[in-house]
Amino acid sequence: MKKIVKNKYWRDGEPFVWGSAAALSLILILTFSLLIVIFKNGIAVYWPSPQLLFEMEDGSSYLGEVVQDEEQPTGLRHQLKIANRDLYGLDFTWIDAADIKNKSRPEGAVVLERYGYGNFHGFLSALNLPSLVVDHGPPWPRFQAALAALGPEIAKVKESKGELRALNHRIVGLDKKIAQYHHRGDDDPATLLPLQDEKGLLHHEFDRLVADLEALETTLHQNTALFTDATGRQQSIALTAIVRAYQPNAMSVFAKTGLYLSKLWELFFAEPRESNTEGGLFPAIFGTIMLIFIMSIFSFPLGVLSGIYLREYAKEGFLVRLVRIAVNNLAGIPSIVYGIFGLAFFVYGIGSSIDQAFFPEYLPTPTFGTGGILWASLTLGLLTVPVVIVSTEEALGAIPSGLRESSYALGATKFQTLVRILLPMASPGIMTGFILAMARAAGEVAPLMITGVVKLAPSLPLDGNFPFFHLDRKFMHLGFHIYDIGFQSPNVEAAKPMVFVSTLLLLGIVVLMTSSAIILRNKMKKKYAITH
Amino acid sequence: MNNNKEQAIIAIDDPIVQVKDLNLFYGQSQALFDLNFDIPRHRVTALIGPSGCGKSTFIRCINRMNDLIDGLSTTGSIRLDGRDIFERSLDVIDLRRRVGMVFQKSNPFPKSIYENVIFGMRIGGVTEKPILDETVEKSLRRAALWDEVKDRLHDSAMGLSGGQMQRLCIARAIAVSPEIILMDEPCSALDPRSTAHIEELIRDLNGEYTIIIVTHNMQQASRISDYTAFLYEGELVEYGRTKKVFTVPVKKATEDYITGRFG
Ligand SMILES: Nc1ncnc2c1ncn2[C@@H]1O[C@H](COP(=O)(O)OP(=O)(O)OP(=O)(O)O)[C@@H](O)[C@H]1O
Ligand SMILES: [Mg+2]
Repeated sequence: MKKIVKNKYWRDGEPFVWGSAAALSLILILTFSLLIVIFKNGIAVYWPSPQLLFEMEDGSSYLGEVVQDEEQPTGLRHQLKIANRDLYGLDFTWIDAADIKNKSRPEGAVVLERYGYGNFHGFLSALNLPSLVVDHGPPWPRFQAALAALGPEIAKVKESKGELRALNHRIVGLDKKIAQYHHRGDDDPATLLPLQDEKGLLHHEFDRLVADLEALETTLHQNTALFTDATGRQQSIALTAIVRAYQPNAMSVFAKTGLYLSKLWELFFAEPRESNTEGGLFPAIFGTIMLIFIMSIFSFPLGVLSGIYLREYAKEGFLVRLVRIAVNNLAGIPSIVYGIFGLAFFVYGIGSSIDQAFFPEYLPTPTFGTGGILWASLTLGLLTVPVVIVSTEEALGAIPSGLRESSYALGATKFQTLVRILLPMASPGIMTGFILAMARAAGEVAPLMITGVVKLAPSLPLDGNFPFFHLDRKFMHLGFHIYDIGFQSPNVEAAKPMVFVSTLLLLGIVVLMTSSAIILRNKMKKKYAITH
Repeated sequence: MNNNKEQAIIAIDDPIVQVKDLNLFYGQSQALFDLNFDIPRHRVTALIGPSGCGKSTFIRCINRMNDLIDGLSTTGSIRLDGRDIFERSLDVIDLRRRVGMVFQKSNPFPKSIYENVIFGMRIGGVTEKPILDETVEKSLRRAALWDEVKDRLHDSAMGLSGGQMQRLCIARAIAVSPEIILMDEPCSALDPRSTAHIEELIRDLNGEYTIIIVTHNMQQASRISDYTAFLYEGELVEYGRTKKVFTVPVKKATEDYITGRFG
């Protein structure tokens, strides 16, 4: 009797069902914990935390926010972000809970975000505004009014910096032209002199602008505010060095939300500062998306066409089987190997040849013979093309043969059948390949590191200067950014929030791109699904 | 061998297809042996025989569907209106427009009903909407499907029932106005009601189209066909008027098969 029961238990596959359910749950739990950790840490970074003033038994005091608590054998201790790197050397410190004499939340605590030296925590004590016209009143509103009044002045500075860049661009262009003449052996003064003259004029204009700019900046720098830190030390800070100032303890939820949104805006649309650990990620976001787009432009058509040829046109045989095995195995090659191949083949091979053929006048400075977004995209394209080939082949193979035969029986040619019946029906499957390829490409960092990604790119690969797409340029990338600030930064502790934010952003981009592809695919699926 | 020669003698007044000494090989193995017979124009001819005897293989020769199979070779000839279809210079696309086919498994394209019907015209380059509209209505009426789908021509064909799908496939084949329609067990996946529908449709098309139909259903063959060919292990055993084949078969094997003693 017992034996039969046991047999039935095994026969129904109960343990198997439990085993597979457990495996799935484990994977889900792991994935979700990862997501939750990233989400929790990433989403809260920009929410202003309260500034606490700790007075210690030994007479020292700290103003800062609690970053984390840790239970030690000696008792509980807190990690504080005390900022003021210019005063203390370190942004963070540990204090023992037992040593705290008094803890308070001063309303007047000010947090400054600065262009250099990280944040400042302290109290506003006085203002010195020689070149700004601001109404008299209590210091904090006056300080804010001064910051607001500084806005248009800073805009002016930015504007003349833009002019300087444009001038510089023209000077570089002239230099290139002159280099071309020299390269051709054309040293005729009649052609060169006007160019030299023009260059001289531009230089003159450049120098004038620089002088003006310096004068303006000097007067602006004279506007300062005097702050006192927790221990009473005084620090004078130029208003131009301040990105943002707020009093977190006095802020309403509404004001905090405003601040949060403005920081998010900065994250998405501004340039990074402080060796990438602060400020925006716009260049990295832009680089990541553009990389994937260029990759797709190369990889998708190539992969789909190869898949079509393999499945529909190539005669089944030893060679085709070999190719198929090779394609399947390509997906298993470590990505760094693709990177090395990209470096050797695209950068040193094709890139150097392009330079010799089209840009010899700038040599030895390479144009395409060095890492750049084009080569990185092509390398990623190579990496993802097997995924597209395999999914295209499988999607075509999954179409019932009856449909092909019906099409042929109605007098359709092979090509007509392919275009009118097979490709539309295979499109959802092909899209799945695209989605996988895109997700894989977005997550790769290793091959990029040797084919053109940089920590800080001076300019975007797409801008208003002719010919708009500068595919030879180096670029920034979120994945590399995470690695760089997380592990290569001199101030790892201060960079930690940015690591989470960047990770969250990268995840967001992948989710956004793949989910739009999934929506598209589901539409296709609905349209071309067959039911029998 | 002798038998086949004898069968070929059956006189058909106005044959549209003339099969002469047809042998077919899948690689090394032979599937059809010295077939010789004529198929009458504008009549329904049924092909019967046990599973694996070569019925599908044979009708797939007539529109050269077998071209798609690697390693297949034939000897002998099939003449369509006097012209050998195995000739190198013959345009297969043109042949397939003249010889339509309906398969055992209904397989409409995952497109609208309308697009399914005009698929053949579209690939033939017809774009004038009035012509297409007219063809759709005519073909669907011919396939006895018009009344059921006229209000949802632009819905997906995947929403139709199995029987409706098969009639749609017939409409699709009719739309390019073929001379011959090949049907390979068109009703074997359908319920009796849908089968009756299709049989009625075939009777209706009789006299206007030449229909060659493969069926495992003896009653069906006797109900709808004018001529019946009995194939056995790749050979044509008996061929003649359906009434005669079913009432007074010449061969013992035919009688056994028809009465259900084997196959
Ligand atoms: N593609 C092929 N390659 C090799 N042999 C084949 C192929 N197709 C059919 N055959 C063989 O040819 C013979 C005839 O097959 P066919 O499909 O014509 O039979 P059938 O009469 O249509 O049978 P059924 O009634 O089951 O459909 C069978 O022995 C079959 O195994
Ligand atoms: Mg068959």
